[in-house]
Amino acid sequence: MLQGHQSWIFKSKPVIIGSAAIGGPFEAQGNLAKDFDLLHGDIWLGQDSYEQAEKKFLEQACETAIKKAGLKKEDVQFFLSGDLINQIIPSSFTARTLAVPFLGIYGACSSSIEGLSLASMIVDSGFAQNALVGTSSHNAASEKQYRYPTEYGAQKPPTAQWTVTGAGAAVVAQQGQGPRVVSATIGRVIDMGLSDPFNMGAAMAPAAVDTIEAHFRDLNIDPSHYDLIATGDLGKVGHRIAGDLLTKHGLNIPVEKLTDCGILMYKEDQPVFAGGSGCACVATTTFGHLLNRMRRRELKRMLIIATGALLSPMSYQQKETIPCVAHAVAIEV
Amino acid sequence: MEKFVWAFIIGGMICVIGQLLMDGLKLTPAHTMVTLVVSGAILGGFGLYDDLIKFAGAGASVPISSFGNQLVKGALQEAQKTGLVGVLTGIFKITSAGISAAIIFGFLSALIFKPKG
Repeated sequence: MLQGHQSWIFKSKPVIIGSAAIGGPFEAQGNLAKDFDLLHGDIWLGQDSYEQAEKKFLEQACETAIKKAGLKKEDVQFFLSGDLINQIIPSSFTARTLAVPFLGIYGACSSSIEGLSLASMIVDSGFAQNALVGTSSHNAASEKQYRYPTEYGAQKPPTAQWTVTGAGAAVVAQQGQGPRVVSATIGRVIDMGLSDPFNMGAAMAPAAVDTIEAHFRDLNIDPSHYDLIATGDLGKVGHRIAGDLLTKHGLNIPVEKLTDCGILMYKEDQPVFAGGSGCACVATTTFGHLLNRMRRRELKRMLIIATGALLSPMSYQQKETIPCVAHAVAIEV
Repeated sequence: MEKFVWAFIIGGMICVIGQLLMDGLKLTPAHTMVTLVVSGAILGGFGLYDDLIKFAGAGASVPISSFGNQLVKGALQEAQKTGLVGVLTGIFKITSAGISAAIIFGFLSALIFKPKG
């Protein structure tokens, strides 16, 4: 049901009956290692290309989420997925493996929450008993896709971020045990004129702020409603900008409540520049770490705002600025 | 000993220029490289780059700007011998060792190693 301008309230509160996070070697050394279902020591996963490896990550995340939900592949009614590779091939090829009716989506790094919003809507409206959401990213594949292949050895400034290698997936259902999706806010595309692909956090922060403000305005609640408000992958630079902007706009969120998945993911001494990014950053943090905290009742209500930078290598080469979007989902237990 | 110091300073300064082009002017690595190569070629065209190499040794001959100098030098030398067409035939004459080595060793390492990402 529409609430305000751009938010949805899910009356039936669809349940996340199973979720999974798969990570790579860098994630295994990070802060959230114990919240991953499976960690790989090698980014190739025995495949011939990074893109194929990314598909493997996504397949494993989907299989694990389905298994944890107590379902079989055949029981899954719809699959929604997106990623960062051209024409979202890891998602489409995973859908080929799963053989489940598939909706490919693209919201860059906001894909997981875009998918979760849509899956919740499908389930809430009764168009399905369950739906699977997935997303993936791969550090080496993303570098190749957006910037330079890492073998090229191009320098990166400290504002750059480290794309998470991994995949996250979740099964949303009408009935079952687990955290529930209660509302979602769909973001507008915001472009503040930034064009540096090595500073995505700064470009995405205004989009996150716009969606957070819209969420509280539409639902007529304030930040004290949530135990945790986590942005997707703003990193240290974008997180600071978002915090400043929110304060400036009169939305005071306590420092300990406002966090960012890109900061949570890695340890301080890992060479990840400003922090984690990529579809898998918010997906593995949410579907792994944060949902686990909810299941342990450490968190009762949380708001996840996944941000996506909607640039392409083509738009960057043609000197276009970076439009950004952010989608929010509220989960409670 | 003095030469070592100058090599360090001049070589370092060329690198500083490259770093400033990337960080300050936001040039891509490819644009930065081309800028340095063309600068070396222009200096070489005026006959200035060889003086720099005499003065700073490897500090001037190792950076990529030296490659631009060699391109021009090869073209000019060959042009003197065979006329205008020498500009075309001579341009890679001096630099062919460097280019061939890059291709051959690049190929060999691609055969042996797998990138770690």
